[in-house]
Amino acid sequence: MTTAQLLGQDPGWLIAVKGVLVFALCVVLTLLSVWGERRIVARMQMRLGPNRVGPFGLVQALADGVKLALKEDLIPAAADKIVFVIAPIISATACFMSFAVIPMSGPVTLVGHKTAMQLTDLPVGVLYILAIASIGVYGIVLAGWSSGSTYPLLGGLRSSAQVISYEVAMGLSLVAVFIYSGSMSTSEIVAAQQKWWFAVVLFPSFVIYAISMVGETNRAPFDLAEAEGELVGGFHTEYSSLKFALFFLAEYVNIVAVSALATTLFLGGYHALPGLGFTEQWLGGWFTLIWFFAKVIFFFFIFVWLRGTLPRMRYDQFMKFGWKVLIPVSLFWIMVVATLRVMSLNGASRVTVLGFASVVVLIVLGINVAFDSVKKRARILPEDNFDAPTFAVPQMPGAESAQLGEPRV
Amino acid sequence: MINLAIEVGKTTTPEAVMFWFLAPLAIVAALGMLLSKKAVHSAILLAWVMITLAIFYIAQDALFLGIVQVVVYTGAVMMLFLFILMLVGVDSADSLKETIPGLRPIAITAAVGFGGLMVSLLGRATLGSDMVGLTDANAAGNVPALAQLLFSTYVWPFEVVSALLITAALGAMVLAHNHRLVARPTQRELSIKRFRGESLGSAAGLPNPGVYALHNAVDVPALLPDGTASEASVSAMLKARGDVIDSKPFQLIELANEEGEK
Repeated sequence: MTTAQLLGQDPGWLIAVKGVLVFALCVVLTLLSVWGERRIVARMQMRLGPNRVGPFGLVQALADGVKLALKEDLIPAAADKIVFVIAPIISATACFMSFAVIPMSGPVTLVGHKTAMQLTDLPVGVLYILAIASIGVYGIVLAGWSSGSTYPLLGGLRSSAQVISYEVAMGLSLVAVFIYSGSMSTSEIVAAQQKWWFAVVLFPSFVIYAISMVGETNRAPFDLAEAEGELVGGFHTEYSSLKFALFFLAEYVNIVAVSALATTLFLGGYHALPGLGFTEQWLGGWFTLIWFFAKVIFFFFIFVWLRGTLPRMRYDQFMKFGWKVLIPVSLFWIMVVATLRVMSLNGASRVTVLGFASVVVLIVLGINVAFDSVKKRARILPEDNFDAPTFAVPQMPGAESAQLGEPRV
Repeated sequence: MINLAIEVGKTTTPEAVMFWFLAPLAIVAALGMLLSKKAVHSAILLAWVMITLAIFYIAQDALFLGIVQVVVYTGAVMMLFLFILMLVGVDSADSLKETIPGLRPIAITAAVGFGGLMVSLLGRATLGSDMVGLTDANAAGNVPALAQLLFSTYVWPFEVVSALLITAALGAMVLAHNHRLVARPTQRELSIKRFRGESLGSAAGLPNPGVYALHNAVDVPALLPDGTASEASVSAMLKARGDVIDSKPFQLIELANEEGEK
C-alpha cells in the first residue's frame, strides 16, 4: 500500500492529532535548535555557551522566549500599522505549513491505527513547499516596507532579491530529482531512494540544493537581509517583543523545514543508512523517526558550522554567484540528467551511456580550462606609475626591499 | 451567474462552506485592490486574491494548477511590489488629481461599457460540449495528464507563448539597460585614488553624521571642532532631496561656556 493510500484511511481525529503533533514538534525543535546552535558555536569559539538554566542550559531558549514576551511591544509612529502587525504572522504561519507534506516515518501504528507520520501526501508535495516558501518571504518584505524606516526597507529588498534568485536555483536542482523519481510527491521520492540515495546519484543537484537552501533561509554566510554590520537588524530592526519572537521562530522552523526537505529529497528520508535496513522494523517501525531526525540534525549542524566558519558574502558577489554560477550549472546538469534518464529508459547499451558521460566530462573540463585562462589574463594588473608616497607605508607582502636599513619616509 | 448558482447547489457541503467563506473575502479583497490609495496595499490584496483563487482550484481537484498559481503569482506580485518601490516611491499614495482634463468621464464610460460587455457575454456563454468531468481527465493522475496534454496536443501554443514571454522579458531588459560610459572603478582603483589623490582628508573615511548624543540621525551634518557643519558627513541623496536639518541647534555651546568659566 502506498503512503498516499495509507494516509487516505486516517480518521478525522487522527489528522487533528497529527497536526497538533507537527506544530508542537516544530516549536520544541526551535527551542532545542536555538540552544544547540549557541552551544555548538560556543564550542567552536572555545567558550561554553548557555549552561545555567536547566540541565546543560537546555531551557535557556524557553527563558529567552518568556523574556521576549514580557518586553514592551513598540509600533513606530511612521509604520503602516496593519501591515506591520500582519508581516510576522505571515512569516510564522507559512513556515509551519511546509511540514505538512514531510514524511517523517515509515508505516507505524498510532493508537491502534496503521498510518505514517506525515500529515498529508500531495502528488505535487515538493511544489507545495516551494509555494509556501514564496509566501513566507512576503512576511520579510512586508516587514521591511511597513517599518517606515531605511534599514528595514533595505533589508526587505535584499531579502526579496535573494529569495527570488535562489528559489530559481533551488527549483532547478529539484527538477533532476523529479526526473529520476518520476514523481513530485515527497513519499514517492523517498520510496524511489530505497536502493540509492539521490545525494549519490544526483550529487551536483544535492550540492546546488544545499547552497541555495542556505540562501533561501537567510542564514550566514548569506544573511545579507539582516547584516548587522550594515543594516542594524535588517527587516526586523523595528520589531520588539512577541512580533520579533515570531520572526525568530520562523527563522529556526524554516531551517528545520529546509533540512527536512533536503533529507527527504536527497538522503533517503526516513530510510536507514545503507546496510542498516533491518533497523527500520525496530519499535514497530518507529525507529525510522530516529533515522529521519538524525539526518535533519546533521543538516542543522552544517548550518551552524557554516555560521561559525564563514564570513558574510558581499551582496554583488552573492547575486553573481546565484545567477552566473548556480543557475547555468543547474540548467546544464538538468540536460545531462534528462539525456541519461531517456537513455536508460530506452535501454541504451552501457557503451553509449559511458561514451555520453565521457563527452560531458570533456566539455566541462574544456569550459573550466577556458575560464581559468580568462581569469589569469584578467589578473595581470597594469604597472603602477606613481611617485613614491611622502608618508610611511607598509612594505608590500613578499617584496624584497632594495633600501634595506634606510627608513622609507 | 445563474449557472454558477446551480453549480453551488450540486457541490458537497464542505466545498460550499469553503466557497461561501472565501468568495466574499476574495471579492472584498479585489474591491479593496481597486479602491486602496497606496499601491503597496493594492499589491498585497492582489496576492490575497490570487491565493484564494488557488484554494478554489485545489478544491476543484486541479491541484497542480492551484499550487502553480501560488508559485507564479506570488512571485509576480513580489515583482510588482518591487516595481512600485522603485518607480512610484516607498510611501507614495495615488493622487486623485486629474492630470489631463476630461479623462475621468471617458474612463468611467469605458469601464462601464467594458463591464457591461463582459457581463452580457459571460451571462449567455454555454459550453460547446458536455463536461467530461475531472475524474476522467485526472485518470492518469493530475500531473501526468496535464503533462500529456501540454507536451503533445498543445505543444505548439505552449512553445509560442513561452517564446513570446522570453522575448518580452529580453525586450524589457534591453529597454531598461543603461550602458556605462566609463568602466566602474574597482575597489583597488578607488583605494589608490583615496591615498594618492590631492589630499589625504578622506583617507580614513568620511565623518559620520549626527551631533553627539543630541541628534544622531543621518539627516544632521556633523559639527567639526571649529563649530562648522561638515558637508561631507551627510548623504548626497538627502541633500538633493532637501531633507538635511541644520545642526546648530544641537551644539553644546552653553555647556562649553560653563566649562570655560570654571
